[in-house]
Amino acid sequence: MCAVRLILSAKAIFGNNQFSMTETAQSHLWDYFPIVVMALVALGFVITTMLATHYLGPKRRSKVKDDPFECGIPVQGNARTPFSIKYFLVAILFVLFDVEVIFMYPWAVNFKELGLFGLFEMFTFMGLMIVGLIYIIKRGALKWE
Amino acid sequence: MSNKVVIRPENKPEGYEGEGYMLTRLDKVVGLARANSLWPLPFATSCCGIEFMATMAANYDLARFGMERMSFSPRQADLLMVMGTISKKMGPILRQVYEQMAEPKWVLSMGACASSGGIFDTYSVLQGIDRIIPVDVYIPGCPPRPEQVLDGILKIQELAKNEGIGYRQSAEYKARLAQYGIE
Repeated sequence: MCAVRLILSAKAIFGNNQFSMTETAQSHLWDYFPIVVMALVALGFVITTMLATHYLGPKRRSKVKDDPFECGIPVQGNARTPFSIKYFLVAILFVLFDVEVIFMYPWAVNFKELGLFGLFEMFTFMGLMIVGLIYIIKRGALKWE
Repeated sequence: MSNKVVIRPENKPEGYEGEGYMLTRLDKVVGLARANSLWPLPFATSCCGIEFMATMAANYDLARFGMERMSFSPRQADLLMVMGTISKKMGPILRQVYEQMAEPKWVLSMGACASSGGIFDTYSVLQGIDRIIPVDVYIPGCPPRPEQVLDGILKIQELAKNEGIGYRQSAEYKARLAQYGIE
């Protein structure tokens, strides 16, 4: 009963204006109502189960329990200290040139079919990457000290 | 071989049964769920750890008991398996790992060293981990055979099955922890 009332009130809100409008092949906001219901049910399920496990499960709190786990030894310092941006830069550059190598695998497999055209395509690609490599070396991105 | 799931009668909790359904008590269901999905934290410090590796491997296959997943963080672990000599320096570390585990949790002490210090009756070795944390099941042996480890695991499962729902919030449990000075 409640669900029916909900749908009726939703009709009132979203405007079931089939009498006032001229008959056109127009989609109404009302047509999307099932998606709203589905989203509410999904969200409700997640929230309910999370709250239920939170309140039903046994819990125990203490200073030691709430400390971060560091293999059983006392925590030293803060985990959120700034560290050198170089790690990030090197990691990103690694990913970049890693992907470049991944591109070369399918090219090598299809080398004979692609022929001379493929060879020059790959040379162009590699050339662009090498320009990038020269650029980052010139800028000193790989200098650690 | 048929694909039919066989539920062994000895594993079934008592309850009211009918065609295609069964009613039983909530604590029985919770106990079954807990017992058959224990996530162990292997705290292996010496040779018992090697024996534990054999228990985990294909021949003895601990995964049969719902223990496929080793938890190397105490946060997701249900069962602390202490395997090997615990020196006095290691004691506080073991204790902190135990304290940081989520409830409910059980402790399995494997082998003579973990249970009593074993042959290492010296100034540097903890004479049994039950001096610092509560232990649920002891496995004797130096080191124990994998079959003994499986037996110990089954005993832990039996404990988990019959624990009931409210025990971990009870004063009894708090008193038990207080004996070891754990909040």
